[in-house]
Amino acid sequence: MATERVIEAVGVRKNYRGGTEGAGLNGFDLEVTAGTVTGLLGPNGAGKTTAVRILSTLLEMDSGTATIAGFDVRRQGAEVRRRIGLVGQYAAVDEVLTGRQNLVMFGRLNHLRNAKSRADELLERFGLTEAAGQAVSKYSGGMRRRLDLAASLIVAPRVLFVDEPTTGLDPAGRIEVWSAVRQLVDGGTTVLLTTQYLEEADQLANRISMLKEGKVVAEGTPDELKTQLGSDWLDLVVADPADVPRVVELAGPLADGEVRVTDVRISIPVKDRTRALVQMANSLHEAKIEPEDLTLRRPTLDEVFLHLTGAAA
Amino acid sequence: MTGLGWALADSWTIARRTLMHWRMQPGLVLFTWFFPVLMLLMFGGLLGGAMEFPEGSSYYELLVPGIFALSMLFGLEGTMTAVTTDVSKGVTDRFRSLPMSSAAVVLGRCVADMLDSLVTLVVLAATGLVLGWRWHEGLPSALAAFGLLLLLRFALLWVGIFIGLTVKNAQSVTMVQVLVWPVGFLSSAFVATSTMPDWLGTVAQWNPLSATATASRALFGNPDPSATATWIGTHAGLAALIAPLVLTAIFLPLSAHRFRTLSR
Repeated sequence: MATERVIEAVGVRKNYRGGTEGAGLNGFDLEVTAGTVTGLLGPNGAGKTTAVRILSTLLEMDSGTATIAGFDVRRQGAEVRRRIGLVGQYAAVDEVLTGRQNLVMFGRLNHLRNAKSRADELLERFGLTEAAGQAVSKYSGGMRRRLDLAASLIVAPRVLFVDEPTTGLDPAGRIEVWSAVRQLVDGGTTVLLTTQYLEEADQLANRISMLKEGKVVAEGTPDELKTQLGSDWLDLVVADPADVPRVVELAGPLADGEVRVTDVRISIPVKDRTRALVQMANSLHEAKIEPEDLTLRRPTLDEVFLHLTGAAA
Repeated sequence: MTGLGWALADSWTIARRTLMHWRMQPGLVLFTWFFPVLMLLMFGGLLGGAMEFPEGSSYYELLVPGIFALSMLFGLEGTMTAVTTDVSKGVTDRFRSLPMSSAAVVLGRCVADMLDSLVTLVVLAATGLVLGWRWHEGLPSALAAFGLLLLLRFALLWVGIFIGLTVKNAQSVTMVQVLVWPVGFLSSAFVATSTMPDWLGTVAQWNPLSATATASRALFGNPDPSATATWIGTHAGLAALIAPLVLTAIFLPLSAHRFRTLSR
């Protein structure tokens, strides 16, 4: 069970005619194991939504193969649709209807006999019981997203696609949605989550695939990706801005890459963690510079991302 | 249940969604039902006094069937807006990602809009009766006239679904809404086409809306000077059958094709 592949995509290509509608895919490969949350991370235009639309049978690919729970997304669309849930970029619910009416309708369209009791169950689970009788147009952004999640879970799907779930939400709404997604994961649902927020992927995903120009350029657990990049960082904060040039000069021999300076914070990429820390401390001591802060840290996902995708900071 | 059984059940679920909209937004739906009534009263008042009619007859005898036909045309806007809104908000995609019958998405819309048009006609007919309009050829003939009107609506439904799936955004819908007006006015809905300049009268007579208006007037036994003027005028009944069927034959397959190619 632990190694069962529920999503498998090999060499998926998609070019949009005209090229304005969305980003294409250019040999997209992905493997997702049952019971995991995989984050598909990439900037706008990398092809995240295209990948989700193809895997959920909404869009046809030009070439390549993809299966969901062993069913071919091209030839066995109906079988695939029976096993997936989709939360798109917009909260795709009927705004005129109440939350409950929405869930009952989607339950009926899923051919459930007990659409009403299932709707009540889901409303309760996503904390929407009180708002159940209100028109969705009166919901907050976070509530809409939770209703959207509930609607895609009417028939417990094998795979849930969640496309940029927190885009356009305020911080409170983001936290609401994060906790809803975490609940799903605790329930064992396999989730493919797209996001352009590294923090979101780091928070929610066990594995991350980084997407650039329609291709996965790196893949692994968040920690693996950070290690893959190699260098750790030595962060140093000085009290007097006048000391910055001197510190940068001292850091030169230790740096494994470009030293970054923002105000009085100096970030030095280093290979040999302990030795670099000791040497830097000694050099500072000899130069009689007292740092406000001197810490070793692993790279953030932002740094990994910028490194791998070569995007400008 | 069989595949067909599910397709029908799904269509009804989708159609019921619109009926629930009516309950949630009664003000809005009442407005769409009473808008044609407003036009009937407005044009009746504006133009009725300027025209002469035989004793015991009034402008409403001509105008009521015209507004019937016009309200069928205006229904197009509702269809289009509903389809475009669902596509742009991702609701259509959600339907398409469900294990439901995909034909039901469109069929449900069709059922809901035909019910909507039926209510529109009932409200208009009731107002017409109050204003003095009558059918003179018996109930079966009047029902046949309503049948022709709904046939036109059915054809325009597919035009609306096709445009709605094609334009994909609300701004373009507004443009189409503006274009609906000249199509509505350039017909025999308000005045006999014989009163127009020759070329304009010919264009107006060949407007499918005129065919339905003229043919339904004949079935209601209401006067229509357009009916005898030309070949198309005398064959309005035939045109009122054929034009909607041709429109349906063109736009139903186009809409189905559009719906399937949403995935490309």
